[in-house]
Amino acid sequence: MELVVFVCATAMVLAGAIAVIVSPNPVHAALGLVLTLFGIAVHFVAMEAHFLAAVQVIVYAGAVVVLFLFVIMLLGVDRSEDLSIEPMPIQRPLAVVVGGGVSALVIAAVLRVRETLGSDEVAAAGDTNIRALARNLYSDHVLAFELTSVLLIVAVVGTVVLTRRVRTSEDVS
Amino acid sequence: MLDALWLIPAAPLAGFILILLFGRRLGEPAAGYLAATMVAVSFAVTVGVFFDLLGNDEHHREHVLTLFSWVPVGDLQIDMALLADPLSITMALFITGIGSMIHLFAIGYMHGDPKFSKFFLYLNLFVLSMLMLVLGENLLVTFLGWEGVGACSYFLISFWHTRPSAATAGKKAFVTNRIGDWGVMLAMFLGFTTVGSVSYGALNHAAEEGGIATSTATGIALLLFVGAVGKSAQLPLYLWLPDAMEGPTPVSALIHAATMVTAGVFLMTRMNPMLAAAADWAPEIIAWTGAITALFAASIAVAQNDIKKVLAYSTVSQLGYMFLAVGSGAYVAAIFHMITHAFFKALMFLGSGSVIHGMHEEQDMRRMGALRVMMPVTAGTFIIGWLAIAGVPPFAGFWSKDEILLFTLASSPVLYVIGLITAILTAYYMTRQVLMVFFGEARWESHAEDQGAHGEFRPHESPPVMLAPLVVLAGLSIVGGVIQLPSFGIIPKGWRHKLEDWLHPVVEPGEAVIKGTSAYDAKVWLAVLAIACALSGIALAVAVYGRRRLRAIEPQLLADGWRYDAGVSAFMGGPGRRAFDALARFDARVVDGAVNGVAALVASTSGRVRRLQTGNVRSYAGIVGAGVVLVLIWFVIVRGVL
Amino acid sequence: MNPTTTWYLVLAAILFGLGAIGLMVRRNPLVMFMCIELMLNAVNLSFVAFARSFTDIDGQTAVFFVMVVAAAEVVVGLGIIISIMRRRPQATVDDLAELKG
Repeated sequence: MELVVFVCATAMVLAGAIAVIVSPNPVHAALGLVLTLFGIAVHFVAMEAHFLAAVQVIVYAGAVVVLFLFVIMLLGVDRSEDLSIEPMPIQRPLAVVVGGGVSALVIAAVLRVRETLGSDEVAAAGDTNIRALARNLYSDHVLAFELTSVLLIVAVVGTVVLTRRVRTSEDVS
Repeated sequence: MLDALWLIPAAPLAGFILILLFGRRLGEPAAGYLAATMVAVSFAVTVGVFFDLLGNDEHHREHVLTLFSWVPVGDLQIDMALLADPLSITMALFITGIGSMIHLFAIGYMHGDPKFSKFFLYLNLFVLSMLMLVLGENLLVTFLGWEGVGACSYFLISFWHTRPSAATAGKKAFVTNRIGDWGVMLAMFLGFTTVGSVSYGALNHAAEEGGIATSTATGIALLLFVGAVGKSAQLPLYLWLPDAMEGPTPVSALIHAATMVTAGVFLMTRMNPMLAAAADWAPEIIAWTGAITALFAASIAVAQNDIKKVLAYSTVSQLGYMFLAVGSGAYVAAIFHMITHAFFKALMFLGSGSVIHGMHEEQDMRRMGALRVMMPVTAGTFIIGWLAIAGVPPFAGFWSKDEILLFTLASSPVLYVIGLITAILTAYYMTRQVLMVFFGEARWESHAEDQGAHGEFRPHESPPVMLAPLVVLAGLSIVGGVIQLPSFGIIPKGWRHKLEDWLHPVVEPGEAVIKGTSAYDAKVWLAVLAIACALSGIALAVAVYGRRRLRAIEPQLLADGWRYDAGVSAFMGGPGRRAFDALARFDARVVDGAVNGVAALVASTSGRVRRLQTGNVRSYAGIVGAGVVLVLIWFVIVRGVL
Repeated sequence: MNPTTTWYLVLAAILFGLGAIGLMVRRNPLVMFMCIELMLNAVNLSFVAFARSFTDIDGQTAVFFVMVVAAAEVVVGLGIIISIMRRRPQATVDDLAELKG
């Protein structure tokens, strides 16, 4: 059963990823991204990370991708990109080398050490996932937690300042 | 008083600082009296220390006063320390004694000069440096003083620097001294690497105990001699001394007769154990250099017409005698001659200063004559100096020169003959000078016409402040010989060899022993021979310049100083210059070129690398990605996960 | 046969590679951003896989923080893109080369 879940979720992930990198239309790419994020969320559930799965869907798929779509619509950059031309001839082969190389090397490393990668059994959880996560977050990592809240505020304020339109006399009239 | 040893250099230092701060306000003559007083204070303290040392027995006459730790760097531990022993106190006595008298003389001589206070500033600085030189407990303190006197020599020679010849002379003196300084520095380094210290105690002790290899000792001794050759104006570095006469006469008297130029002899005497531990040919080189220089300079003095130049070459010649003594192992004789020479040479320089002053700055002897009538005191004292240097007993010069010649004969008959010939020449040219200046016809009357509207020109005697030092020095030149009377039968036993007994602990390792030699046995005859040479030289000069029975022989070659100076200038201007220019070009092209080349290389490389900065995000991403791949390759493949 | 940790890690690696390829090939800034999101998700996946296999909840905490920071990053990045794109709507990333040395 788990195998089926894994295969389906993986298919979603990979399909979405390919959609992102191949679609000329950015809106299509965004939809592909949503598909990938859902697939990842399913994987999270399969690995007993329920809270993270929920956060993934709500924050990532729900907020971040929506934000992307807003900006696409706002700026009118929904025009399709012409993927047939490439101004820098080295870029595509280099991309294949880099992407393929990184993947291949990491896979090779993982395969090499697969015996040492701990148990595959899902241990019986004493606490629910969210409780365990919360316990860990608010005791060992509370400082980081606080700093990230500061980070979020800074990000919001910064973005508001960045994107302000300065009012000129023309706007008033 | 021994603990107040530091007062000896501190007094002129205080004088220097006070004049530096308040010189202009003090003005003439207060600045001069202040400077002279400080040196006199030094002298008083030195006398006190002298009597303290005298009170101890022979083997306890060494006192070291450490002021502070000067260079504590790893293995190198050098202190600013002063050493009071017979040698250093003897030097300090006549430096401060004669120095204070010259200060007094200078108050009168520099009267009216706009830079009056500055003169005494430099004079006090000089006395300070010279005292550091002789009182130093180690080579570095001595070197501090060594460099200091070199610098002061430069300041004082070019005191009237608006005169181009004076400025040039100052530079020449400094540069020539510097060549010698190189030798002293190398000797210091060599001493440190072999013995681990630059202190006289350590170095001399090691030399006496045999802790220094002969070759090293020879190296150190000869390198120090190089320094001495520069500082004490021996061949081939004597050139600066005649030109140094551009300085005011008190400077010539103090620096270039009595003190600075004797520093070389002092240094060799201080390091006599090192010279004794060196190879046998090392002292021979020193003796020969001294002898040749003495003869060479005496020959030039015969043909000079400037009153001060004669005395300058005479100084070079007498210094040659001192080095001849050092090379023959006669350290006591060298110091004895240094002392007597200081008396009569300073006397004669001051006397010539008095003459110049009275002749309204005229220095050419051909325009003088019959001055004994106008300047009796000057003439009288100068004559006493003349008799002393010529070697006429019982004046001081006779005793010291005779002692040197005795030791010379014991070591090398050839050098003895050279010494004897030089003695004849010395008597000859000094007599010539006395006759030309003080006797004969008054040739200055034609000079009076050049003075023009000045009115009738008459040379006049100098003021008392200038005459008093002359009288004192003359007295010393008469009785000075008493400090080291030889063992002649007629001299009572208690009066003999006083200086030798006093200096014995210091010079014992290097002092030659001549008691059993044939020379020693014939010493009375040698003394008679020396007197005969002196009298014959005087008689010859009287025949030429006094009675005019013989024609004067003053070849141009001698007047030009054997064209040695011109030769050096020609070399330096010609081939020397070309070599230096080549070196400079090498420096500019190769050394600087290498540095600039590196810079150019960096610039061109960065110009090429700059092309990576396309500003294009995707290419940056590509580069970052490539870097990631490389890092992964390193870790996965090379470091062996795979 | 059950999916083992290794499988998840392999998937994460492939996803990361795809994201890298997309980042380098696409010229639309927003799509490039999405590729970055792909890479971040690949990393999150591997964190959770390790958290499970070593029974260490710290892996999931890391994912939590990655998500927060990624969200903040997206906000600011999109803000910048908006500021730039207002002037030049047609611009692709290749045209934004002001930092050319």
